[in-house]
Amino acid sequence: MIREPLIFELSAQGKRAFAFPKLDVPTNREILKTLAMRKEIEGFPEVSEVEVVRHFTRLSQTNHCVDIGFYPLGSCTMKYNPKINEKVASSPEFLSSHPLAPQELIQGNLEILKETEGLLAEVTGMEAFTLQPSAGAQGELVGMMLIRAYHQKKGNPRKFVLIPDSAHGTNPSSAHICGYQVKEVKSNEKGTIDIDDLAQNMTEEVAALMITNPNTLGVFENDIKKITQIMHSQEGFVYMDGANMNALTGISRPGDMGVDVIHLNLHKTFSTPHGGGGPGAGPVGVNKKLAPFLPIPVIVKKGKLWSLDFNRPQSIGRVRSYFGNFLVLVKALSYILSLGPEGLREVSETAVLNSNYIRKSLEQDYYLKYQTPTLHECVFSDKFQREQGIQNIDIAKRLIDFGLHPPTMSFPLIVYGALMIEPTETESKRDLDLFIEAMKQIAKEAKENPEILKSAPHTSYVGRLDETAAARNPVLRWDAPRG
Amino acid sequence: MKYTSLSDQDKKKMMATIGITSVEDLLRTIPEELKLKQALNVPPSLSEQELLSYFEKIRVQNKYTDYLSFLGGGAYNHFIPYSVDYLSSRGEFLTPYTPYQPEVSQGTLQIIFEFQTLICQLTGLDIANASLYDGASAAAEAVLMAHRLQGKPKALIARTLHPQYREVIKTYVKNMDIEAEEIGYSSHGEIDFEDLKEKIDEETSVFICQSPNFMGVIEDVKKISELTHLHHALCTVVIAEPASLGLLEAPGKLGADIVAGEGQSFGIPLSFGGPYLGFMACKKDFVRQLPGRIAGQTTDVEGRRGFVLTLSTREQHIRRERATSNICTNQAWCALRATIFLVSLGKEGLKELAWQNMHKAHYALEQLTQLEGVKSIFSGSCFNEFVLQLPKEWIEIDEFLKKKKIIAGLNLEEFYPELRNCALFCVTEMHRKEDLDRLVKSMNEALAQE
Repeated sequence: MIREPLIFELSAQGKRAFAFPKLDVPTNREILKTLAMRKEIEGFPEVSEVEVVRHFTRLSQTNHCVDIGFYPLGSCTMKYNPKINEKVASSPEFLSSHPLAPQELIQGNLEILKETEGLLAEVTGMEAFTLQPSAGAQGELVGMMLIRAYHQKKGNPRKFVLIPDSAHGTNPSSAHICGYQVKEVKSNEKGTIDIDDLAQNMTEEVAALMITNPNTLGVFENDIKKITQIMHSQEGFVYMDGANMNALTGISRPGDMGVDVIHLNLHKTFSTPHGGGGPGAGPVGVNKKLAPFLPIPVIVKKGKLWSLDFNRPQSIGRVRSYFGNFLVLVKALSYILSLGPEGLREVSETAVLNSNYIRKSLEQDYYLKYQTPTLHECVFSDKFQREQGIQNIDIAKRLIDFGLHPPTMSFPLIVYGALMIEPTETESKRDLDLFIEAMKQIAKEAKENPEILKSAPHTSYVGRLDETAAARNPVLRWDAPRG
Repeated sequence: MKYTSLSDQDKKKMMATIGITSVEDLLRTIPEELKLKQALNVPPSLSEQELLSYFEKIRVQNKYTDYLSFLGGGAYNHFIPYSVDYLSSRGEFLTPYTPYQPEVSQGTLQIIFEFQTLICQLTGLDIANASLYDGASAAAEAVLMAHRLQGKPKALIARTLHPQYREVIKTYVKNMDIEAEEIGYSSHGEIDFEDLKEKIDEETSVFICQSPNFMGVIEDVKKISELTHLHHALCTVVIAEPASLGLLEAPGKLGADIVAGEGQSFGIPLSFGGPYLGFMACKKDFVRQLPGRIAGQTTDVEGRRGFVLTLSTREQHIRRERATSNICTNQAWCALRATIFLVSLGKEGLKELAWQNMHKAHYALEQLTQLEGVKSIFSGSCFNEFVLQLPKEWIEIDEFLKKKKIIAGLNLEEFYPELRNCALFCVTEMHRKEDLDRLVKSMNEALAQE
C-alpha cells in the first residue's frame, strides 16, 4: 500500500489546484498601504488538483466507516445514514441561505425548524425544543443553564448536581461549566441507580440529577418514576442524557417518565452522519416549567409568517451563532418523516433485538458483569481473557483484522476492562453473525495464541500506534524541515 | 421507508437463540405504565419520492437566492472548488465516528493534523485544535481558556466583536466567576484605545477583539497586544472572516496569544448558519488548557508514522468535571472541507482570494460614496466589509432595493442603536463588477426616490 505523505510534503513552488477568474475591477495598491500585510503564508502548500484528489481519496481508504461495515461503538449509535437525507440537505435553497437574510425570504427554513421542534417534542413527550445546541455536550450545558436559571429566579441557584457513576464524561463536565459541584450517585448490584443513595444525597441544595436512560450499560432505569419523585419532592430537576434514545423511540417517552429536560443526539438516534467527529446536533427539550428560559431566538407565527422572537426576558440567552447546525436538522427531519410512527418504533425494537442476540451469543465467551436485562446495547468485559494476560484493547485491535470496528472500550467506568457493544437496528443478521464469530474466534485465540492478539492489528494501514509517546512528546503540527 | 435489514426468518432465528417468542419480551424491563399505548403522532412514513416533493414545497418558500445580496456579518459567500464537494461526500469521510481507534481512522486523523498545521500557518501561532462548534462558541471557549490560564476575574470584550459572539460569551460566563465588560469603538471604527486603557488593569485575564471587526475595520493588533501585555492580560483575536488571512499579517506574529475564529469561509456553504467551523490556535505553553480534540503524530510498532488523538487527559471522558471543556463531538467534517479548500487554493490562491475580495469591496465603497449624501463613517482600513451611513431612512432604501431584487446590507441599528441609517455591506469574489455597478445604480435610484 502506498504510504500517503502529508500534503505539505507534496508541495512545490508553482503548482496549482485552482484558478480564480481575472479580477474585473481596477487594482489599487493604495488600499494596502496602511496595513500590517504578510509577505507570504509560510509553509502553506502548493499542489496540483490531481494531487489533491488522490491525497484525500487515498487517505479516505484508510478509514473504517458505516458505509463499509459494522461499527458497534457503544453509546455512539453508528447506524446507517440514509443517502436521501444528504440529497435533501444539499438543495441550493438551503445551502445558499444567509443566516441574517430577511425573515420573509427564508420562510421555508423557519418552517423546517418549527416542524423539527414539533416532531422531536412528540417523540420525547416534551413541551418545547431548542435546536441551537451543536452537539450533545452543548445540549447538556444548555439543559444545565436552564435549570440554573429557574432556580436562580426562585432565589437560590443551588450548589450540586447529582450524577450516577455510570454517566458519560460530558455530564460532570457540563455541570461544572454551569457552576455546579458534582456529587456522584452509586450504582446498585443491578447496574441501576441506588435509590437509597440518591435519596440520601438529595437536599435542597441539589439543583438536578443527570440521568441516562437506558443507562450506559443498556439497562432501563425501571425505578425512574421513583427517581423523578425523589427529585421533584425537593424541587430538583431530572435531566436526561438522550444519547441512548435509540432504545425508546415509539416505545416510551422521557416526558411521560417525569423527565424535565432532555438533549437528543441527532447524529445518533436520528441517523445524521457523524462525519468523523461532527457536525452533530444536540437539541434540548423541556417541560412547561423550563420553556420560558429557552435560548433566543424562538420561532413564532405572526399572522401568516414565521418570525423570530427575541423578546424573551427569562431566556438564558444565546449559546451559538444563528440557528444551530441547520443542515443536520434538515437531515434529521427527513429521517423522521421517512420512518413515520411505525418505522420509529421498529427502529428501537430491532435495535433491542440485535443487541440481545449478540449478548446471548457471546455470554459464554465474555464476562457480563451485570445480569440485568438490557435494551439496545450490552457491556462485556475482558475478565475471562485477563487470565491469559489479554486486555480489552487487544480484543479491540484484533477485531480490526476481521474488517470490523471495535466496540467502545473502558467505558462505563463501573465495568473494568469494558467492551460496550451497540449494533443498532440497521445491521443484517449476517453482519451480526460475522461479528459474533469473530468475537468467538478471538476468545479462542486468547487461550491458544494470545500473541496474535497482543500484536494486533496485522492488516490495517498502520499497526498498533504508540499513544503514550504521542502524549509524552507532542508533535501537533507539521514543520518545514530546516536548512 | 425503513432502514432495517432483518428478514422475518432472521427475526425468528434470533428470537429462538435468545429464547423469546416476541420482541415484547425484551421490553418487559420497561414498566407497563411508561409504555406508549398508541403510535407516535407523527406523519405516516414517506418514500424517497414523497420526501423530495415534501421538501420541494418547503424550500421554494425560500426566496433569498433570487436576490443579489451583500450580506456578510460573520457568514460569507465564497466560491467552493468542486473537488471539496466531491471528496468530502465520500462515505469514508462522512460516515465514521470520532477516530477513537486510530489504526482504522488514519485518514481522518492525518487530515486533522494537516488542518491543525494550516490553522497554525494562517494564525502565526504554535498549536491548534481539531475544531470547535462555530466562531461564537470558539470565542467563548477562548475567554474561558484565558480565565483558566490567568485566574483573574475580568474579561474585556470589544463592542466591535460580532454581536452574537458577544451574546454567546455572556451566556457562557454567566455562571463562572468572570466579570465581562465591553470596550467601545472609535471614530475610525477600531477599538477605543482610551476606553481600553481606562478599563484594563491587573485584574484582567483577557481582552478579546475581532479583526477585521464587525464594522469591517482591520484592528491594530500589534498595538492592542502591547497594551494588553503591559497589564499581564492575554490578547485574544477573533477572526470571523478568515479569507482576510491571505493578505493580512498573522495575528500571532503581531502578539496575539490566542486566536479563535470561524472557518465557514473555507469551503463551507452559508447553510442558514450551520454547520460551520470553530477553530482555535494558541501559544505552545497553553497546550494543557486548550479545549477540544487534538491530533498528534506518533509511530506504530514497525516505526511507521501514524496519527492519534492525544493529550486526552485535558478532556471530559478522562478528567470529567475537571476537563478544560465539555466538548466531545465537534465539526470534524467541516474541518475536512476547510482542509481540502485551503490546499486546493494553496499559498497563491488564498492570497488571490483575499486580494480580489479587498479590491472588489473597495471598488464598491468608492462608487457608493460618490453618491450624494452617502458617507463612509469609519476611517479605518477595511477588508471585504464596510459601513455606510445613508442620507435617508435605511428601511425605505432597503424596501426599494428589495423590489429591485437586491439585499444591500445589514441594518446595523439593530445591533448598535447609535448607528442610525447605517448598514454593513459585504463584497466578495462572487460579485462581478456588473453586480457592483447594479448596486450603485439602484442605490442612486433609491436615494432619488421621494
